[in-house]
Amino acid sequence: MTVGVDLGQPQTQEVRADEDVVRVRQLVRAVAVAVKLSLVDQTKLVTAASELARNTLVYGGGGTVDVMTADNGRRRGVRIVFADSGPGIADLDLALTDGYTTGGGLGLGLSGARRLVDEFEIDTAAGQGTRITVTKWSR
Amino acid sequence: MALTAEQSGRLAGLLREHGERITLRWTEIVAAQMRGRLSHAELLRQVQDLHRIMIAFGDQGLVDLADEGGGELRAELAELSRGRARQGLSATETAISVFALKDVLLETLEVAGGTEALRDYVAYSALIDQMGLFTFESYVRTRESLIADQAEQLLELSTPVVKLWEGVVAVPLVGTLDSARAQVVMERLLQTLVDTGSPYAIIDITGVPAVDTQVAQHILKTVVAARLMGADCIISGIRPQIAQTIVALGIEFGDIATKASLADALRHVLRSTGVEMGRRARRGQ
Repeated sequence: MTVGVDLGQPQTQEVRADEDVVRVRQLVRAVAVAVKLSLVDQTKLVTAASELARNTLVYGGGGTVDVMTADNGRRRGVRIVFADSGPGIADLDLALTDGYTTGGGLGLGLSGARRLVDEFEIDTAAGQGTRITVTKWSR
Repeated sequence: MALTAEQSGRLAGLLREHGERITLRWTEIVAAQMRGRLSHAELLRQVQDLHRIMIAFGDQGLVDLADEGGGELRAELAELSRGRARQGLSATETAISVFALKDVLLETLEVAGGTEALRDYVAYSALIDQMGLFTFESYVRTRESLIADQAEQLLELSTPVVKLWEGVVAVPLVGTLDSARAQVVMERLLQTLVDTGSPYAIIDITGVPAVDTQVAQHILKTVVAARLMGADCIISGIRPQIAQTIVALGIEFGDIATKASLADALRHVLRSTGVEMGRRARRGQ
């Protein structure tokens, strides 16, 4: 399935249900293909987006995902912002520990997603929601 | 402007008096929209049914489609919508079957004339609008149930368990592996293991576009369940990009055998069961 992408505008996808995680993956893949990321980088980015979108849904109680292209003058890339207004993350170091989970998963989603992308910023506090920005650059 | 009981009765009278002209003209307008996808005879029959039931509706002096006595009319409209939806016609093509009556009534009332005509026409229109909306809702409901049925069929279709060799079954996974599908896959696989008494199962993930922690967890659980039943599981179809992603994510498959292709997995199983594999058909010989 091909998804039409307008590279000029950030694309927003609401995340309210499981199907929305699939939509996020399709959107991210379409943008990643459009900025010519390699197949490995596409797969890494799509997988990271899948993890973070599911976190937005499961732990953040739903939110939004914005997908946009990025340009640092030398390289192009894809930037994705995951935002929710859920409970936030109280202990970030603990949450980023491999194998730590409060939800019965493998406990690798957040830490794994950080390893799958080039830039990873997280802005969160207990009770303040969570906002994660990731970027993947083309090689 | 809502219909009064008196107007409802007058509508029935009008429909009865000009019966044949109305049904023919009504069918004509609908047929023009359908562009031959439904036969004239079929449309005429539907229109005649609707016409007959509307007369009964008016004779009872009913003023609202939601009235208790409107059951027959509602059922007829729902039936019409279901038929249209199943034949793949659009919502507009469904609603036009009802809305066409407005044009016919206008033509009829113009002929009849009279000062009351306009007031009546507006009231009749209100009822026809109500019928149109009801048709539309029934149409959407039918389409939604069709989509739900198809999703379920797809779920069944997309998770076959195939026998590859004596004692070897395989599950080729294609597409997104969400919790619902993972459950179906696990059930199917375990049942097939029992039915065939196979000691080996191969889970092929060539067709899974992204393996994230949730997918991995589902696969791992399936493997553990199969092992509990005494079967050995091999995961195949791990493409280079998937392998790199799995490593970066930090997912460990432990002592579960993994192979790049389904052929490798089958060869691995056959070798471990002691089947001799000929290599005679080598290229160039």
